[in-house]
Amino acid sequence: MVDIVKFLINPFGTMLGGILMLLVPILIGVAYYTYAERRVIAAAQLRKGPNVVGPFGLLQPFADAVKLLFKETIVPSGSSRLVFILAPMLTFVLAMVAWAVIPVGEGGWFAEGPWVIADINVGVLYLFAISSMGVYGIIMAGWASNSKYPFIGALRSAAQMVSYEVSMGLIIVSIIVCVGSFNLADVVRAQQGLWYIIPHFPLFIVFFISILAETNRAPFDLPEGESEIVAGFFLEYSSMSFALFFLGEYANMLLMCAITTVLFLGGWYAPFDVAWLTWIPGVVWFVLKVCVLAFVFLWVRATVPRYRYDQLMRLGWKIFLPFTLFWVIATAGVLVAFGWLPNA
Amino acid sequence: MAIAALSFYVFAFITLFAAVNVIFARNPVHSVLFLILSFFSSAGLFVLMGAEFLAMVLVIVYVGAVAVLFLFVVMMLDVEAVASRKGLARYASVGGLVGGLLLVELVLIVGGRVGGLPTNTAAPALPIPDMAVRTNTQALGDVLYTDYVVLFQTAGMILLVAMVGAIVLTLRKRSGVKRQNIQKQTLRTIDEAVELKKVEPGSGL
Amino acid sequence: MSTARAISQIFLWELVKGLGLTLKYMFFKKRVTINYPYEKGALSPRFRGEHALRRYPTGEERCIACKLCEAICPAQAITIEAEPREDGQRRTTRYDIDMTKCIYCGFCQEACPVDAIVQGPNFEFATETREELYYNKDKLLANGDRWETEIAQNIALDAAYR
Repeated sequence: MVDIVKFLINPFGTMLGGILMLLVPILIGVAYYTYAERRVIAAAQLRKGPNVVGPFGLLQPFADAVKLLFKETIVPSGSSRLVFILAPMLTFVLAMVAWAVIPVGEGGWFAEGPWVIADINVGVLYLFAISSMGVYGIIMAGWASNSKYPFIGALRSAAQMVSYEVSMGLIIVSIIVCVGSFNLADVVRAQQGLWYIIPHFPLFIVFFISILAETNRAPFDLPEGESEIVAGFFLEYSSMSFALFFLGEYANMLLMCAITTVLFLGGWYAPFDVAWLTWIPGVVWFVLKVCVLAFVFLWVRATVPRYRYDQLMRLGWKIFLPFTLFWVIATAGVLVAFGWLPNA
Repeated sequence: MAIAALSFYVFAFITLFAAVNVIFARNPVHSVLFLILSFFSSAGLFVLMGAEFLAMVLVIVYVGAVAVLFLFVVMMLDVEAVASRKGLARYASVGGLVGGLLLVELVLIVGGRVGGLPTNTAAPALPIPDMAVRTNTQALGDVLYTDYVVLFQTAGMILLVAMVGAIVLTLRKRSGVKRQNIQKQTLRTIDEAVELKKVEPGSGL
Repeated sequence: MSTARAISQIFLWELVKGLGLTLKYMFFKKRVTINYPYEKGALSPRFRGEHALRRYPTGEERCIACKLCEAICPAQAITIEAEPREDGQRRTTRYDIDMTKCIYCGFCQEACPVDAIVQGPNFEFATETREELYYNKDKLLANGDRWETEIAQNIALDAAYR
């Protein structure tokens, strides 16, 4: 009984409450992100987008979900059945578990510390580890389908994700050098007053482009390039397993937006330290920033055409890698030279 | 505490189960997938020991990068399970010898710990700092960049040399390949690219 | 010149310009699509939609079973059988169009000497079964009765160009 009261008063104090309070909004957010994508792309192409199901088409994601749920799951003959079924689950689960360390706010009436399920010391590394595992869902799907287009898609996506992770890692190192802690809440606290997007602006651009590549989004959506390899790695998927891939991909996009918010946009802090802005709870700012970044994802998709594969690799290895490496050294040099090193 | 013990047994069981399956799985791709699972659950064991940094690095480096390349190669090779068993009898003796040696060594080390055989006491263990004061990432850094800095840097140099060597060995300069110079392409202006000519009717260029 | 280009390259100016263009389209341009089932676009008087058999104002059917449409139909979608009626006039006993074969070329309409078979402005005749798309004479005549106003208007509008 006490537990229930405690749960109701302080949901972040209990593990389950925190998970529920985080996952339910995320899943709803993911559902509406698919809707938002269709509307935004439609707007950029002077179309209307889904506007029939419910007011302004707001029930469209649920209609789609119901449609997909009731379709038949087809497992291709000759496929590796277990791996085939496991792959979308893995993608979806990985997109969800990474949220465990994202701090969405701090303080307030029901939590003393940051609003996060697991306030661990190595939060940044955890995120990086989870996102580096994301590639397995795709490789497994591509291999288990026993079909050539998914296989090519999986190979493309694996090479792409591994390549861009290198420069993402170096970017994260630059940020961590400035913060002096792997804890994500500390990363946000270090940005009170000055968001890292200001001193690290070029790095922010590189990071954003890298997360586009990491999530296989346009202009780097070669793994699912419709015009060449039909649908890429999830070509053979149908029904709920397809839906899981779909949800996983969009959850990953939102997750990457959240990571960018934490690393560069000052997490839950208001843009200016003014009373009427700081009065708005931090979580609102956090969600707002994530929404803006998520919009940029769609905006970029509506604007730029797909990269060619060799250009993608060139960008990752020949431009981003040297640049981020230079930036790590430059950041460290500046910090040491001016004695700004944290915990020195 | 009970949860910690339970998690230990779960992770340990999965690690062993996956490790055994790496060898016994018929399909090489399944083998690699089991290898990844075993990496992952070892990372879980590291976390239980309080070594979060090692756990995360294990996942990032081995699961996120090395095993991907393994999987790549194995997926593309299309290894025949039957064909790979052909040389079994020939290599069984050598393999058995190496395996046996490893087993003896392991038994000696573990048995030494348990049975009180003399272990290497020349290098006293560094004092383990209190977790509340120093996180294990920092503790690791303290040791790596002070006492073992030479070894650490040497290891780094060896890896660098290996990398350079691999690149040198595989880099081929082929003549007659047309390459794209993107810098040159993007720097081209309309003045250089387009020439407008007044063509008189009937005369041609 | 080259410095300006270098600067514009470093700051990804072309990319920013492109993004600006999409943003402009997103917020300041009028949508070109219409809410289809509720709003419909304009159709040309020459639009070739669903077939119909017309009647004279007296109620007499126009078709005289000359079979020109059957002969010209490139998809061979039209089947006609004819017999003299009780009053001795030549009329069709059967006039079928297989709408799944029809390619909507409009030759039947052009071939008809009495403007009997026409392609009306209706394009929303999707059905749930194939069988419903095998039109017979009754269906075609019913179509003619239903769309006569529009068909007559379209013919009148197009007459100047024939």
